Amino acid sequence: MLKIENLHVKLEDEEKQILKGVNLEVGAGQVHAIMGPNGSGKSTLSYVLSGREGYEITDGEAHLGDVDLLDIEPEERAAAGLFLAFQYPVEIPGVGNMTFLRTAVNAQRKARGEEEMSAAEFLKVVRAKAKTLKIDADMLKRPVNVGFSGGEKKRNEILQMAMLEPKMCILDETDSGLDVDAMKLVSEGVNALRSEGRSFLVITHYQRLLDHIKPDVVHIMANGRIIKSGGPELALEVEQNGYADILAEVS
Amino acid sequence: MSAVAETMNVTDERLAGLTLPAGGWSDAARKDALSRVQMMGLPNRRDEYWKYTRPDTLTQAVAVPAALFHNDEAALFDDVERLKIVFVDGVFDADASDDLSLEGVSIERLATADADIHWARDVYGVLETNGQKPVERPLAALNTAFATDGVLIHVTGAASKPINMIYLHNSETSDVMLHNVIKLDAGASLTVLETGPAAARLNMVTEVEVADTAALHHIRAQGRDHERRAATHIFARLGTESVFKSFTLTANGVMTRNECVLELTGDDAKATVGGACVGDGDFHHDDTVFITHDAENCESRQVFKKVLRNGATGVFQGKILVKTGAQKTDGYQISQSLLLDGDSQFLAKPELEIYADDVICSHGSTSGAIDETALFYLQSRGISKPVATDLLTLSFLAEAVDEIEDETLREQINERMASWLERRRG
Ligand SMILES: Nc1ncnc2c1ncn2[C@@H]1O[C@H](COP(=O)(O)OP(=O)(O)OP(=O)(O)O)[C@@H](O)[C@H]1O
Ligand SMILES: [Mg+2]
Repeated sequence: MLKIENLHVKLEDEEKQILKGVNLEVGAGQVHAIMGPNGSGKSTLSYVLSGREGYEITDGEAHLGDVDLLDIEPEERAAAGLFLAFQYPVEIPGVGNMTFLRTAVNAQRKARGEEEMSAAEFLKVVRAKAKTLKIDADMLKRPVNVGFSGGEKKRNEILQMAMLEPKMCILDETDSGLDVDAMKLVSEGVNALRSEGRSFLVITHYQRLLDHIKPDVVHIMANGRIIKSGGPELALEVEQNGYADILAEVS
Repeated sequence: MSAVAETMNVTDERLAGLTLPAGGWSDAARKDALSRVQMMGLPNRRDEYWKYTRPDTLTQAVAVPAALFHNDEAALFDDVERLKIVFVDGVFDADASDDLSLEGVSIERLATADADIHWARDVYGVLETNGQKPVERPLAALNTAFATDGVLIHVTGAASKPINMIYLHNSETSDVMLHNVIKLDAGASLTVLETGPAAARLNMVTEVEVADTAALHHIRAQGRDHERRAATHIFARLGTESVFKSFTLTANGVMTRNECVLELTGDDAKATVGGACVGDGDFHHDDTVFITHDAENCESRQVFKKVLRNGATGVFQGKILVKTGAQKTDGYQISQSLLLDGDSQFLAKPELEIYADDVICSHGSTSGAIDETALFYLQSRGISKPVATDLLTLSFLAEAVDEIEDETLREQINERMASWLERRRG
């Protein structure tokens, strides 16, 4: 599904190398988790994959299926099936959440040569999905993320994911800022989307989320590289001992 | 040549080509106005009030011709139930207009209102004269003297539908002066819509007297002819608990100067003046606003948004003057521009002058580019960059458009702007 090879990334405006050779392969239907100290490059990896400006790729490749991700516009990556749930979802005053969602769904459908969703059908689907995520009608009407609490923003990300039905979902600290109940809601939302044709890359600092969303593989990222990969037990080890042992072990 | 001599030259040349219309009841006002113009002289580029906008093409004797703009778009407000009054290059078109009758409203044309004693005599040129202090507005006085037509509207009750003045432009060389007077009696209410470019060069004055508890809503769209030029003035005086709301949509036009001069003279009055404009290339748009608070507990809002690209220029001069005794004034002013490229510029001069101690006045002016973070967020959801840019552009303009109270009319403005942006994308 997602294949990242030897990815090197620096900041465009500064001589600062952030990713220093990332290798990662997520198979179809799999859930992978990435953990790692603050500033190790996890969000950068997710931004680079989704096409944010400001980074320069100095080496390496990334493919989603047959699609060479690094060569195309962010919207083309989205249409190809990539989705990033942002660590910090963006507030967009003046653009209604519904308008935004519908524009996005239909833009992707159009790009894939599919028929656009009618207003009525869209409304029906979005209401049903919002309900399971406990997003009320008022939140759907408001401008995108404006005045949403931290937890509401994260739920809104999952709603977008549910509407867009991507193949490859990257969740960047979707658990941060969530209360216990919201964490369950979000996890259920994610688990409901799990399928053979859909993969997840879950960036998190806490084992707790991985109790709900069971990963197949856990990676540890430090200083711009994946330094260790293993099963779910790796997350438990981090939870108990922190990163010191792992960092010492590899160096 | 000295500045004074140059001004007098321009003024003389302009006046030489004009004759005072015989107006009966308006004769005295017109003669007074003419002497005001002669005293003041027309604006020149050294006038402080015209620092950011070159007045020459608005003052010169002969108007620069403007190519006609053809498009297949339905006219704005076409499906709104309204009373239409149509002018073609400043000339009234009876066939295209509706019957000038509406319950609770008396409607006449300036050119044909020939009673010896007319209600409009108390307003025509009177509010304009008031508005000449503390800043001179010679083009408005010129208009009072020489306006050839316009609409006189006297509202005594709640008008059942909007009045829509439609100003068509069919001649490349038309040079037009129109003067409207709107008087609302106590408790009366009316919505006035104005649409269209009117002429190659337009000089328009609208005087509005809003009596106690009356309400006027005004929505204007200035037409899309690229080469049109316009100098417009709105003078409004607000009584106790009255409401005045004016919104202007401007797209294209090589030179536009819209002045709005409001005086809040009765307690608890509310005034809003706002505008959204989108300019591309050879486009200069100037909003100049002067709001005087002369009563207690009044509220005024100025909300102006400009989207500029390819070298377009936006200007905002906005002043709030709070007189002694105008306690509990709430004055709000915001002017913002969205610069879609580095060539465009926005020049703003917000001013506050306050002589009362218990007031809240805020003003803010910003100039910025598209928010890259928001743009990326939209793109990451599959929305293409041009569409995302348009969404953000519309959301930027929304704060001004949202000042329109009527939802149907507001949506029509929003839809129109969205369709312009969409067409532009091709
Ligand atoms: N645009 C930028 N300008 C300057 N520094 C940047 C930029 N983007 C990333 N960095 C730096 O790159 C490093 C990696 O940042 P990144 O956000 O990817 O870390 P992270 O692993 O997601 O951390 P966290 O766990 O705190 O979210 C950090 O040192 C960060 O300061
Ligand atoms: Mg991060």
